[in-house]
Order: sequence, then structure tokens, then C-alpha cells
Amino acid sequence: MKKESGTLIALAGQPNCGKSTIFNALTGARQSVANWPGVTVDRMSGWCRIKGRRAEIVDLPGTYGLTSSSPEERVTRDFLLSSDLSLVVNVVDASNLRKGLSLTLQLLEMGVPLLVDLNMIDAATKQGISIDAAVLERSLGVPVAETSMKTGQGRANLLRVISARLDEAPAAEGLKIDYGDLEPALEELERMLSLKWEAGSGSSLRWMAVKLMEGDAEAESLLRRMNRDVEDIAVFARHSRKVFEEGLGETPEIYIGRARHHAAGILAGACTKRSRPAGPSLSDRIDSVVCHRFAGPAILVAVMYLLYYLSIVQGYRLTAYTWPWLARLRDLVEAVTPAPGFIEIPLTRSFPLWFTDSVNALLNYIPIFFILFGLIAILEDSGYMPRMAFIMDRVLRRFGLHGQSILPMVLGGVYVGGCSVPAVMSSKGIPDERSRLATILTIPLLNCLAKVPLYILLINAYFVAHRGLAMFFIATVSLLVVLPVAKVLSLTVLRTRETAPFVMEMPAYHIPTVRGVLGKAVERLWLFLRKITTIVAAVAAVVFMLLQFPGLDAWRKAHYESEKDRLAESFLSAMKGNPYGVVIENGDLMPLILYWDAYRKARMAAKGQEATSSVNRRFERRNPLFYRIAQPGGDAEAMKANRALRNLVRGRERILADMRQERLESSLLGQLGKGLEPFTRWAGFDWRVNVALLSSLAAKENSVATLGAIYEQGEGQTSLEERISAEGTGLTPLHALALMVFMVLYPPCIATAIAVKVQTNSVRWMLFSFLYPVFLGLASATLIFSLGGVLGASGIQAMTAFYGLALTLTLVAGFMRREDRKEAQLPSLPETAPALRLSGGWKAREE
Amino acid sequence: MTLDQMEPGREGVIRKLDTRDKVGARLLVMGVCPGTMLRVVRNAPLKDPMEVEIDGYFISLRRSEARFVEVDPG
Repeated sequence: MKKESGTLIALAGQPNCGKSTIFNALTGARQSVANWPGVTVDRMSGWCRIKGRRAEIVDLPGTYGLTSSSPEERVTRDFLLSSDLSLVVNVVDASNLRKGLSLTLQLLEMGVPLLVDLNMIDAATKQGISIDAAVLERSLGVPVAETSMKTGQGRANLLRVISARLDEAPAAEGLKIDYGDLEPALEELERMLSLKWEAGSGSSLRWMAVKLMEGDAEAESLLRRMNRDVEDIAVFARHSRKVFEEGLGETPEIYIGRARHHAAGILAGACTKRSRPAGPSLSDRIDSVVCHRFAGPAILVAVMYLLYYLSIVQGYRLTAYTWPWLARLRDLVEAVTPAPGFIEIPLTRSFPLWFTDSVNALLNYIPIFFILFGLIAILEDSGYMPRMAFIMDRVLRRFGLHGQSILPMVLGGVYVGGCSVPAVMSSKGIPDERSRLATILTIPLLNCLAKVPLYILLINAYFVAHRGLAMFFIATVSLLVVLPVAKVLSLTVLRTRETAPFVMEMPAYHIPTVRGVLGKAVERLWLFLRKITTIVAAVAAVVFMLLQFPGLDAWRKAHYESEKDRLAESFLSAMKGNPYGVVIENGDLMPLILYWDAYRKARMAAKGQEATSSVNRRFERRNPLFYRIAQPGGDAEAMKANRALRNLVRGRERILADMRQERLESSLLGQLGKGLEPFTRWAGFDWRVNVALLSSLAAKENSVATLGAIYEQGEGQTSLEERISAEGTGLTPLHALALMVFMVLYPPCIATAIAVKVQTNSVRWMLFSFLYPVFLGLASATLIFSLGGVLGASGIQAMTAFYGLALTLTLVAGFMRREDRKEAQLPSLPETAPALRLSGGWKAREE
Repeated sequence: MTLDQMEPGREGVIRKLDTRDKVGARLLVMGVCPGTMLRVVRNAPLKDPMEVEIDGYFISLRRSEARFVEVDPG
């Protein structure tokens, strides 16, 4: 899809000006999200009909200016410079015109076709601010529209102004800022540029000249991209900057910034009327509680707990209602795939079932994610997020994280039960690349929901006497691992990553709209399903192969065939002379076995008297004779047949389980597990545990299921806890502790790994996030198992010792040298002439 | 004095901004511009970061970043 009539409109504006509301109002559902090349900034685009024109609308990231100091600003600037734009709609928050106009003035300077949309007129009116749009239009020399898009007002008007501007450029030339003492140098630069830079129009030359004088980090390289032979211009710019700074005792960028600020102030003053003086705003009053020394942290904890409770706990409860739908889907797959043989399960059946199970495991989380995404949208739209960062920054910064890391950490499971996928996704907002990566890389070490079943299994099997203590250990130790690891990562592999200033706006609080919140929740859920589920499906297929192949050899197959024949024979001989023997046609036992399995399953699912008798009626109708065997009542012959059938079915299940275990042992994954034994032996993992851990790579829920399959016994009577703690396995509490700690440090599941790739935009970081926990986990487990074994420590002693170690490391990391020492070592500012007075110097020149 | 030394409630006019580091450049883009009035609104519960009102809106910044701003207290 390319713009069919060539109309491309960009939305530009500062953060919190209501830009995305306008974008949504213009494009409706016709949107798509992608990444800007090379950075993890969302590129939102959509389509809109404007008076019969089909226009592509691009929502640029919110930026305060157009320097090169942040990825958002670079992306915006590069797009404005390189694209064939029809129009830039600059959205400005009407309740703070002066601030918004500083971006408007820079856009004007760039020479892009511009239109100003004064948004949030309603908020401004409420504060007693009225703006004369006509005056603003005349002073800026560009069309101005007024909207209050949050309440849906002004959409038609905005479309009308856009359409008029597309039809005809305004006659007036845009406002030009007079840079006073810098003008001679700027004019000379413009002249030099005009000789080299053919592509630029007159006003972009001025923009380039201003950027060069500002000493913008990327201005020179930008220039070189356009024309290689620009050395003289660069040298002249550098020289002029030096001369200017020496002459006026102020850097050109400050001088330019002040000129712009001054111009914006004059412009805003000229068209703004205040009916009453600004008092303390409502937001300020809210903040005096929300950011209060004691109340602030308490409220933060309460909000985080509520977030966790509503999404993880209540959302999990909701899955009880959605699960039956997924189960029905599985039944459907079961029904349409070929029926199983006595011991031969066709691949055309087992693979679709495995595949459905894998995808279902993920789809089951939909209610959790939906609630989670909705709540995050509320936090975002209300303006509470920056307050969280404000409160938490001091603590998290000590560990190389960021104030805004708090949300991903809570989602990831600071306490027991989170999910790394939305956690990694929510780390997007952290502006500082180093802390963002530290957050993304350590989140998988938190306790996600899927790790919990293994913990519970092992605690119930090996730490029954200290259950409470063990639960506390596992719930809190992950945080004590995350913090020092984050610190170490940020001091080593992440040392060279770009950092960003913390400085952020504390926007006014807003009441989130239902539409906005639901829209965001649905959109993110959709994105999640599309991106993650497809990958998980692909990986599920690969893991299936690894578990299935090479399969049993002919000799073993023959062995199981003979087992089968023996079973069938003993059944048939038990049925000899039995009147119900007639149900078996041509010696084919499968119809009866399948009937029995289906009946048992239906009976198990039926709850209550009524449901049970309805199941009975259904199966009686299906096959009256089979039903007599399944439900013999007082019929002695039928009872005998029933007993024989039960023996047969139990025997068959035992053979299938043996085959499954043997296939697993000889499978590629089993061989891998055995091959890894020399490395994992010191951690106390034998090949069975290795296979369980390897199969958890796709999803950690598998760990318990695979352990169950491996330790499966003929009679499925005992619980898995009893089986794995039984004498025969030779496992000790020390084994269990090593396994639990390894699980804490387990690498991200495939879905999380994909999220890591999306958020870091790098396969290498994804691989790193995968590999370092393996080494760390193996080292920790080895430490626990080997050292604990040598010292003869009990499970609970080793647990306490490990906890102490983690706590010590956390404290050491927290009290390590502060990051900002580097900044403190900057040379102190030279005393210079007093700052220039504001009175003279520049005035906004209207042309 | 520099901004990080100011207590909550104090006001002043920005005298100077050190833009040699990108912190300064970022502050300038966000409207921390010499000649503008500012007021320290509050400190975070652990004293750092701090919140400052400038030109009718609020920004929060770390103390290490506030050192880049020189203020004439009023």
C-alpha cells in the first residue's frame, strides 16, 4: 500500500498534547504499528479520507524539540527532512501555549508545510485561558484549527482546515525568528549552504544553518549525507561558534534556545487571555498526596498490589470461564484427526493435538493479558506512570535500573506470579537505553506464573516441614537475584549503551476515557496474539520433532506388538463364552476401548446427578451393548466383561506410557539431556531433570508435565509428589533446592524471548538474555549442590545460606559507587559575565 | 547556587545552563532556559529526584541533573 493520491500527513507535537487522540479520531481503526528503522520507537500510521482524498497519516513520536538528543527526536527530524510530506499537523496543548509553540517555531524553521491544531481547548477554558486563534494564525502565518478531541469536538473543523490547506498554501510566509547577534553568521552559512545543498528549499537552509550553529551532534553528519564536499561549511560553523561563545560568554545553543523561548513567550502572550490568575492546579494538589513522603510509597504499593491482584489473581480466575472454549477447540481437533490404534498413535493425530495444546496454553492467558493491558492503559492515560518513576527512581537507579522499571518488574512477578511477556513489552517507556536493557534482561529472572507449579511440587515433596519458609524464600529470592544481576549487567555488558537524562514532564492528571483504555487494551492484545502466538506455534512444532524422533526401532516396536497381542489374547479368553463377546467384531477391540475412554471422560466432566444421567442416556443411545459392559448394573456376565475391559484398558495405558518414556529417552531431546549430564551432574541434575528443563524452554509449564511423564509408573495411583520423593529416584532436598534455584534463574520462555527481540530490536540481545541465565543458574545450582554436599548441609540450611548470599550481594550492589560520580567530575562552571538581560536582543518578527 | 541545592518552595530565575553534556541539551529542549522563573515544588520521598515548576508546567529531574542549572534565588 502506498499513498494512492500521494497525500502524506504527519502529526507532530510534544508529549501529552493529545496527539494520539487526534490520530485515533482521524484514522479510526485503520491503523498499523511498526518500528522506526533502527530504534524501538513505534511508528504508527493510518489512513483517512479527506474530501475524497485518501491520506496516509503518520503519528510521529511526541518530542519537545528537534535536536538529536533522543531517539524520538532523531526519528521525527529524519522523517520530516526526508519524506515527501503534504502537510505536518502540529498539535499544541492550548492550556500551555508557550511551551507548545517552541516546537512549532522549529517546525516553521524547517520549512515544512505546516498547520497548527490547538487541542485541549476545553482544558484551557477550564483554567480560564482563552486563545484568539485568528491572532495566532496571523502571527505564525499558518492555518490554525481548534479542537477538544478528547470530547470529540472539532474533528470536522480540523478536517476542513486540513483540506483547505492541502488545496492551497497560505499566501503569507511563516514567521521567522530573529536571532540577533547570530544573524550575520547564520546568513553567511545560509549562503554557503545554498551553493552545496541543492535539495533544500530556502527555509530549510536556514534550519540547517541554525542547527550547525547550535552545534547539534548530528547536524554535520546530516549535511554530509546530502553532499560530501561540505568541509568548508563545517569548519566555518565551528569557528563561528567559538568566536560567538568567546565574545558573548554564552554558547550559541543557549542563545538560540533563549531567542526561541522568548519568541514563543511573546507570541503566546499576544493571543492568550487569562480570566483569572493561575492558582495551584488540581494535579498539584493531588500530587501533594500521591508524591508525599509517606503516603506516596504507600499508595504506590497499593496500586501495584491492585494491579497484580486484578490481573493475575482475578484474571486467572476468569480463565476458568474461557478454558472450556479452548478445551472444546481441542475436542474438535481430536474429533477430526484419525482415531488412535491400540498402541499406534498416528502422527496425524498426535501432532495436531500437541500443537493445539501448545497454542492453547498461551491463549489461556488472554483474560489475564486483557485486564493487564487495560489497567496499564489506565495508568498511562491517567498520568500516574511518571509519579511511580518519581517515587522509585532513587532506589532502582542504584541497581542500574530506572524509576520506570517498577512497572515491568511488578508485571514480571516481583512477588510470586507474573508474566514476563507483558513485562518486557511494558519496558518500552524507559527512555534510558542502558536501564531499559538491564530491565528487559533481568525480568525473566522474576517469578512468572509458569514457574510456580514446579516450586509447589518440589516444596511439597522435599520441604514439607518448612513449607512456609520455603515459600517465602522462593517468593523473595528472585528480587534479590534481579537487583545485583541488573547492577552487574549495567556495569559490564551494558556499560557502553546510551544513557538518557531522567528529566521528564509530570503531566496533569487526566481521567482516562473508556474508549481510549479499551482501544489500547484490544490493540495490544491483538499485537501480542499476532506476534507471539505465531512464533510459539512454530517452536511447538520444532520441540515436537525433538521429542518424537528418531522414535522406536523395529525391534522394540515388535516387543510392544507382542505385549499388545498378549493383552488382547487374555481379554478375548476372558470373554470366551460371555454373551457380551458378540460386541467384538473380527477381533477388533478398538471400538470398545474408544467407547470406554470417551464414556469415562464424559462421566468425569459431568457434575451433578442430572448431568451424569444425561451422559448415561447419551452413551446408551450410541451403543446399547457397549453400554451394558460399561455400566453393568446387576448383570453378572456384563460385570465380568467390565472387569476384563478394565484390565485391558489399564494394560494398554501401561504399554503406551512405557513407549512414551522409551521414545523420550531415545529422542533427540533425551539424547541431549544425557549428553549434558557431565555438565549438570555437579548441580545434581540427571538426564531426566535435564529433559524436563529442556522441554520447559517452550513454556515453563512443561517442566512439571515432563517430570510427570518421566516418573510415570504403571499404576497411576500415587501423586507425582510421592513418586518423585520416593526412595527410588535418589533425589534429596539439596537436589530440589538446586533445581528450584535453577528455575528462578531459568532463561526466558520462547514467547518472552520473542518479546525481548521485539523490544531490543536485536537477535543478539535475545540470545544473550537466553544464555546468561543458563550459566548463572548452572553455577548457582552447582554451588548449592556441590558445596552443600561437601559441607553436608541440609536442604533448609543450604536455602538459608543461599538467601544470605543473595541478600549480601544485593546490599553490596546497592551501596556501590554511585553512577553520577562521573557527572560530578565535570569541571566546575567558569564564572562568566552575568547572563544577558531578557529585555533586548530579539523580538518576534512578523512578516 | 545550583538547582540541586534549593529546598522545596524556593523560587528563582535560571541564570545559566551547562549544555556541554546532553543533560543540559535535554533540559534546554524541555524549556529550562536561562531567564525563566522556576520554583522547586517538592522532593521525592527519598529526596531525589526533585520536582520543579517552570512556565506553568512541572518537570522532575535527578539532583545530579539539577547541578547543570544555575539559579539566582529570588
